[in-house]
Amino acid sequence: MTTKPLLKVEGLKKYFPIKKGILGRTVGHVKAVDDVSFYVNEGETLGIVGESGCGKSTTGRMLMRLLEPTEGKVEFDGKDLTSLSTEEMRKTRRDIQMVFQDPYASLNPRHTIEKILEEPLIVHGMDNAKERKKKVHEFLEIVGLSAYHAKRYPHQFSGGQRQRIGIARALMTNPKLIIADEPVSALDVSIQSQVLNLMQDLQKEFNLTYIFIAHDLGVVRHISDRVGVMYLGKIVEMADSEQLYAKPLHPYTQALLSAVPVPDPDFKKEQILLEGDIPNPANPPSGCTFHTRCPYKMEICTKVTPRLIEHDSGHSVACHLYSEQVDNDIKQLEGSI
Amino acid sequence: MDERKTVLQVKDLQTTFFTDSGEIPAVDHIDFHLREGEILGIVGESGCGKSVTSLSIMGLVPKPPGKVVGGNILFGDKDLLTLNEKQMRRIRGNDIAMIFQEPMTSLNPLFSIGNQMTEAVRIHEKGWSKKKAEGKAIEMLKLVGLPRAEEMMRDYPHQLSGGMRQRVMIAMALVCDPKVLIADEPTTALDVTIQAQILKLMRELNTRLNTAVLLITHDLGVVAETCERVIVMYAGQIIEEAPVKMIFDDPQHPYTKGLIQSVPDMRFKKDRLYSIPGSVPKPGSIQHGCRFAARCEFAFDRCLTENPELYETSDVHQTRCFLYDREGVEQHDNKALIES
Repeated sequence: MTTKPLLKVEGLKKYFPIKKGILGRTVGHVKAVDDVSFYVNEGETLGIVGESGCGKSTTGRMLMRLLEPTEGKVEFDGKDLTSLSTEEMRKTRRDIQMVFQDPYASLNPRHTIEKILEEPLIVHGMDNAKERKKKVHEFLEIVGLSAYHAKRYPHQFSGGQRQRIGIARALMTNPKLIIADEPVSALDVSIQSQVLNLMQDLQKEFNLTYIFIAHDLGVVRHISDRVGVMYLGKIVEMADSEQLYAKPLHPYTQALLSAVPVPDPDFKKEQILLEGDIPNPANPPSGCTFHTRCPYKMEICTKVTPRLIEHDSGHSVACHLYSEQVDNDIKQLEGSI
Repeated sequence: MDERKTVLQVKDLQTTFFTDSGEIPAVDHIDFHLREGEILGIVGESGCGKSVTSLSIMGLVPKPPGKVVGGNILFGDKDLLTLNEKQMRRIRGNDIAMIFQEPMTSLNPLFSIGNQMTEAVRIHEKGWSKKKAEGKAIEMLKLVGLPRAEEMMRDYPHQLSGGMRQRVMIAMALVCDPKVLIADEPTTALDVTIQAQILKLMRELNTRLNTAVLLITHDLGVVAETCERVIVMYAGQIIEEAPVKMIFDDPQHPYTKGLIQSVPDMRFKKDRLYSIPGSVPKPGSIQHGCRFAARCEFAFDRCLTENPELYETSDVHQTRCFLYDREGVEQHDNKALIES
């Protein structure tokens, strides 16, 4: 596996204006994504987890510029995507494809599977009609369907098969990066594992890079090399998946992991129950946005927003509990000198 | 053996949907019982008939196209299937209450929480004054752990978060101290941290009020953490029933085994997930043989022709699989012998 970053995101923000009154004046902003930075290496899978409203899907959409970022840079394969013209961006999407959550809503019910799969090739002006047809059949087989399925319509397939078609469509243009937004959350457990295995096989076969956005922590651990945890528009922790699950640092990650029901009645764990709900993103708490629910709240947390700082190698966390430690280390160092 | 009294007994229940494309047996001859103060889980994938089972108990199967075509549902000395709508309404809420997956669609957006709560109280406690009913409503909201219950009485459903709405639904369901609470995917629409809160609440209320809970879910983690006993359903049938520990430690039916292995476990990473090949058959499409046979790695001749019954493998464990029928084991072993 190479370790060249394929995608680098810096200071990405998306503020949705809140409009009020007949004149539609902007009275405030919902900070859906607020200063998010990360990178994805070639051939790896980056998982992004978080609860509803944390900004994980908005982030995914901004990477493809399906939503225009308010601020920030998205560097893909050496190009800054945010500065591309619409036409240039359209061409670049050949290399970045998306798989969506709802396999019922993301396939046009009036088109045959052949037409659905052929469309990305037509849009990007790839291949001639005969080659396209051949490719459709080839990819149907690759995702575990059969060539004769090409003449059918989406309603003739089950949820799992539709998700396979969604994945085949994303693969048609030979992309480098696939952004999968909750690709298995609408599927039953037994089908979910089939689709996850398929995605892993395809990654090996085509050397794909995945950004895997999901709320299911078990699924994310299974598929990801590295994981970022989001809360209220910010990444609060980022680490190798092994490390994150073995030793979560941020109090939110700890609570989130402890809340997941484990399919083993003998397994007794200490559950950290969070009080209350996720605050309104239009009016987020001051300082650290998690301080309203945090069991380790300190005075500094209500005032200063913690930055995402590398704590161990490759393990970053945005929490004052650890930044203090860093400060102390520095003081100690200074003292010893 | 469990000494507790049975509060609800379902016998040979059959619920069929009569559609243009034919009769669909959504629930096909199922039997189970629920004991006092117990949490019983029904787990299965979409279309296995778990929700239709709960709707059949409540008399809420959409009619037409659905109809309960056979069986008995015994609650106390009454058979719920013989009651008329008026008698049934007296049972619902008073004796058996239900909460649903989506708390937003179950609450009326046009009325305040207080209004809907007091209505629920006064339907069941005839002759109570408005004041008294309000008092009871506030008490229930406090019971389910809602802060500032008095103020919340004036709020409308849209002002509450998903978790709070589900708490309101639970409060409303428990207003009349029902003996049985049916919870149909109560935490599926909620985030994990909120789900943990609601499951804890349900366990606490179960011990405190001794309400029997029938928990319907697709999530094996939720089952492991909440239930005492589990029923696994597949294609309209019960395929396995056992205490929760046994289901996870010693799953017997190949489907249950496969299902448990398919779930990615957060505690350790597997290189590859187990997956059951194929997909759930359309209800009614399999006429002969075991419904799981086409996806089963252990299937042999008998599985394709005969429908297995529920074999008792211990006092408390039942499995619908020929591998647990003495005759079946012999046949299967013989076949394996010949093949080898």
